Amino acid sequence: MTAVADTRRGRPGPRPVAAAARPKGRRFDVKTLPGFAVMAWFCVVALYTPIAVLVAYSFNDNNTVVIWTQFSVRWYGIALNDEEIRDAALLSLKVAFLASLFATTFATMAAIATTRVPNYRGLTFIYAIINQPLMVPEIVTGIATIVFFGLIRQATGIYGIGYLITAHIVFCIPFAYLPIRARLEDMDRTFENAAADLYASPWQAFRHVTFPLLVPGILGGGMLAFLVSLDDVVISVLVAGPGETTLPLYVVSQIKRGITPELNAMASMFLCASAILATLFFLLTRRKAK
Amino acid sequence: MATETADTPSAPQPVSTASAVSSAAAASDAIERRAVVKRWLLSAPALVVIIGCGLMPLLIIFAYSWTKPAEYAGVIWHFQPDAWINVLFQEDLFSDALSPNWAYYSIYLRSILIALQTTMLALIIGFPTAYFIATREERSRNAWLFLITIPFWSNLLIRIYAIMMIIRDEGYLNHALLAIGAIDQPLPIIFTNYALSYGLIYAYLPLMVLPLYASLEKLDFRLVEAGYDLYASRFKVLWHVIIPLVKPGIVAGSILVFIPAIGDYIIAQILGGGKRMMLGNLIAQQFGTARNWPQGSALALTLMAVVMLALVFYATKSQRKRAA
Repeated sequence: MTAVADTRRGRPGPRPVAAAARPKGRRFDVKTLPGFAVMAWFCVVALYTPIAVLVAYSFNDNNTVVIWTQFSVRWYGIALNDEEIRDAALLSLKVAFLASLFATTFATMAAIATTRVPNYRGLTFIYAIINQPLMVPEIVTGIATIVFFGLIRQATGIYGIGYLITAHIVFCIPFAYLPIRARLEDMDRTFENAAADLYASPWQAFRHVTFPLLVPGILGGGMLAFLVSLDDVVISVLVAGPGETTLPLYVVSQIKRGITPELNAMASMFLCASAILATLFFLLTRRKAK
Repeated sequence: MATETADTPSAPQPVSTASAVSSAAAASDAIERRAVVKRWLLSAPALVVIIGCGLMPLLIIFAYSWTKPAEYAGVIWHFQPDAWINVLFQEDLFSDALSPNWAYYSIYLRSILIALQTTMLALIIGFPTAYFIATREERSRNAWLFLITIPFWSNLLIRIYAIMMIIRDEGYLNHALLAIGAIDQPLPIIFTNYALSYGLIYAYLPLMVLPLYASLEKLDFRLVEAGYDLYASRFKVLWHVIIPLVKPGIVAGSILVFIPAIGDYIIAQILGGGKRMMLGNLIAQQFGTARNWPQGSALALTLMAVVMLALVFYATKSQRKRAA
């Protein structure tokens, strides 16, 4: 560390000159390390190959998955008309919509209460609690939740989809919270101060100044929560009651039963849906280059 | 009011300004207190949901871990520490003698080794990638980051399914290799530790690249140049200049990969075929076919303790960095 500091502080004169004097040719770039570019390209290719193969073969007409015969969208038609898949997709969307709606609302409120505020007793506690679901392995959350909900079911006799949605709300809150908090941190207090100077009540200032500025963060958080809920397998596998088959659960059960071209088509559609959502999220929360 | 004056009789005269100040302070105190109350109320729904349905269940399985398993799932409320003893030791059926629980040790060991191996390989692949991205122009940097991030946010299950399609016995890889005559028997890749490790790296590689990138992006390349000026070789610059400077990113990335890898359940289920058990599968099994909820609870809490240790390790590491 001291050596680093020394080079930065000591002898400021000659160094930039030497750097400038060196021809900026291709021969020696201080930033390049051999083989790193290859690795980066390898990384991207490795990340996308399995997905690409899956999507490509979902357009295969053949009844067996591996043998390519001819391009066709027939399996997409079959998948879309499959009642089981449609029910699973609708249930997934319903759970994801409700869970992300509640999670985003709660997360927005919590973000406002914990960002850009003077430190107060319990702030760290609130922050720790909100991030708690991120720290516990999914399998542990899953089995703990199933035990807990089992007790509640026994005590109250209430059954239904509410349990699954509640479990999703819990792990969606931190995901919704982070982009909203990031957006708030980037916002300047001056707008709200100006509103207060112009005799806006705190509520008016929030309604007409803070909230509109916060919308991209809230949308980003909501989308992330939606995505995370839609993708969840482990917790859903454990918590879902009989008949509550979300799309990932359907995929898991089908994998056990055997692979069909129909499943490939469905998986491709599912993949595209989450990739589109992820892209939207990326565009929405991208910070402008400064 | 009366009590207040009674409390402070010793300072009777210069009150006018002092009390104005103190009452102003009291007023702003009150405002501040109300603001804090409002903030607690605003955070309340999130707190209630997470404490009620995220923390409470953990407390309950903690309680369960000290009970006796019921014959068909569930527990009998009878205190016994057997589940915790079984995490490490095996009780002899007849003599009550304790012996090491090798069956569990092998699962712990496999989980830890596979998680470490995954982390190391992800670091070896992820570091050059992150470095390469960090040294691009601003525009292509964003494109690269986008490329790395998108698969991560795409459905994990489907991505693992895609890998399964490729490496299973009747998969695309074996099919292609058989077709070109490179092999005459399908390679048994799926359901091996390699398959599991590959799946884990594939799933969590972006978690390594992103924090590494965040560190490397801030790297001061004048220091790298200084290294070269002092006749350091490329390897020496990498080892003695770059890596020490981006250590926080390396630690963060490693922790982010290690934690989901050691707690993995679904990837082992699909690519390990349930035969290659990870700790996560063992836990699930206790709640499923083994019907030993106290044991499952104790194992789950053990896993959580390992994760917490990793997080504490990370926290102390990053704390020291900030202090330095």
